Amino acid sequence: MPWELKSDRPIYTQLIEQIELLIFSGVYPLGSKLPSVRDMAQEAAVNPNTMQRALVKLEEDGLIITHRTSGRSITEDARMVEIAKTKLAQKQISEFLEKMQLMGFEQTEILTIIDNMVKEMKK
Amino acid sequence: MSTILECHDLTKKFGSKVAVSAINLKLERGQIIGLLGPNGSGKSTIMKLANELLTPTSGSILIGGMKPGIETKKIVSYLPEKTYLNDWMRVHQIIELFSDFYADFKPEKAYDMLKSLNINPDDKLKTMSKGTKEKVQLILVMSREAELYLLDEPIGGVDPAARDYILQTILHNYNENATVIISTHLISDIENILDFVVFINQGQVVLTSSVDDIRDEKGKSVDVLFREVFKC
Repeated sequence: MPWELKSDRPIYTQLIEQIELLIFSGVYPLGSKLPSVRDMAQEAAVNPNTMQRALVKLEEDGLIITHRTSGRSITEDARMVEIAKTKLAQKQISEFLEKMQLMGFEQTEILTIIDNMVKEMKK
Repeated sequence: MSTILECHDLTKKFGSKVAVSAINLKLERGQIIGLLGPNGSGKSTIMKLANELLTPTSGSILIGGMKPGIETKKIVSYLPEKTYLNDWMRVHQIIELFSDFYADFKPEKAYDMLKSLNINPDDKLKTMSKGTKEKVQLILVMSREAELYLLDEPIGGVDPAARDYILQTILHNYNENATVIISTHLISDIENILDFVVFINQGQVVLTSSVDDIRDEKGKSVDVLFREVFKC
């Protein structure tokens, strides 16, 4: 799995986003065990401290659970994942809407374009 | 976190030329630190001072609270900018030499890494290319279980694929209590593995910061910031 890290933003925030995507897409299924911090850091070619920081944040958000003796696993609570997923979607859409507004589109116009494109895709 | 390396008004002059000028610095354990600066900024001089290859003109440098000497050499694994190994020696002989020299040297680690990089332990250094020699040296240095690794330009002479392997090796072999200080000007290659950076220019510290803070506050990579700070 590729870890693409851009150079203009903090590394740990990018790690958080990528791990979230891995959870949402089911690569890391609910309740599954996560590799060790060291292994994950090595795979992403980042510093273990940075990976640790990302995992702690994901833990705060409730997506990851730390077991005292047996490492970390993904939450079994599907609702937590749904909440995080919706949050990410809202963030992406608000960024998109901002750009569209900059281009001078009205809300109804944006909806029409989206509607047409979805119809196109269905064909 | 405790301090592994500290400098107090550290100064080194070569005749009238000031190589290191009243540096004050405190580096904590458990990090990978980039010592970054343009050519001739004093990076190697600081490394040499930390290894007692040079002595300060004034001020002091301490490793784990001790002045550089026999005791600090037991806990510091140093990759110098130049080779000091005898080139008539075979790799396995050098490994034996290192096993004798350093109590914390792990030969099995060295053989593992040689294998991954397709280097034959029976080869003589003399027959090796410049890049391969550099790989052997780095393997020797990273096969010690030291508290502080001082790597002076570890990736300068090797190809990009080996560079990736070397960075992996550094990540893999250092433990949470160890500290790695890497001096280089190839910043974009190592930026993702660094916790902390120290920019030096003309013998002085011009910036110390965590990598994520630089990206957070300035919205740019360490590499881009370096190019701005040291614009010619």
